[in-house]
Amino acid sequence: MKVLTELPIRLDPLIDRVRAPDRGGIAIFLGLVRDHHQGKQVLGLDYSAYGEMAEAETAKIIAEAEGGGQRARVVVQHRVGSLTIGDTAVAVVAAAAHRGEAFEACRYVIEELKKRVPVWKKEFFVDGTVEWVDPTASEQTLRRSDARDV
Amino acid sequence: MTTLTVRLRYLARYAELLGVEGEELAVAEPVTVERVVDAVRAKHPAASQLPAKPLCAVNFRQALWGDRVAAGDEVALLPPVAGG
Repeated sequence: MKVLTELPIRLDPLIDRVRAPDRGGIAIFLGLVRDHHQGKQVLGLDYSAYGEMAEAETAKIIAEAEGGGQRARVVVQHRVGSLTIGDTAVAVVAAAAHRGEAFEACRYVIEELKKRVPVWKKEFFVDGTVEWVDPTASEQTLRRSDARDV
Repeated sequence: MTTLTVRLRYLARYAELLGVEGEELAVAEPVTVERVVDAVRAKHPAASQLPAKPLCAVNFRQALWGDRVAAGDEVALLPPVAGG
């Protein structure tokens, strides 16, 4: 199954892909489009991706989480294209024999995805401005705004 | 001087910055990721706004600055990722 999709993410088919008689727990993370970013009101955003690499890198992350055994099974979908507030941008569904492993696999995949998978978002703000989100710049921006507040 | 032809891909903000999503460039051998980025800078004045060492991928795998690049390889310049 492809990770990137232009269609709304539906959860039930993802759950069905990891469901199995020997897996007693499923952990789900959904990332939604938030209405604010660094104090500014967001209208919506455009996601874009480096498709071939995003698919390959996500497959690698899932394999790491699954540990090559029957320990866990994980599926991921990530939207590309234009999204509005409240839309599901990413879904990680992890099944394992017990809840601990399911939560652990789910957490691992979303954290690594955010660090490694080549997907970008361009935010459209209510005030008419448009910005590419740069997580490496946000710390500096935060520090600057903290400094202003002091 | 022999050159190799390398396929370039510019993603997201970098595609907007350079005004193109991809192109082919001839780069003098021996070709490394660093030399490819130098060639991009030589061709596009706007590339001066790229970071000193932008994140790069060769054939869809994250690459190091000194990695060798072969003829026909796809070298991608990636802004800091922001998925999820």
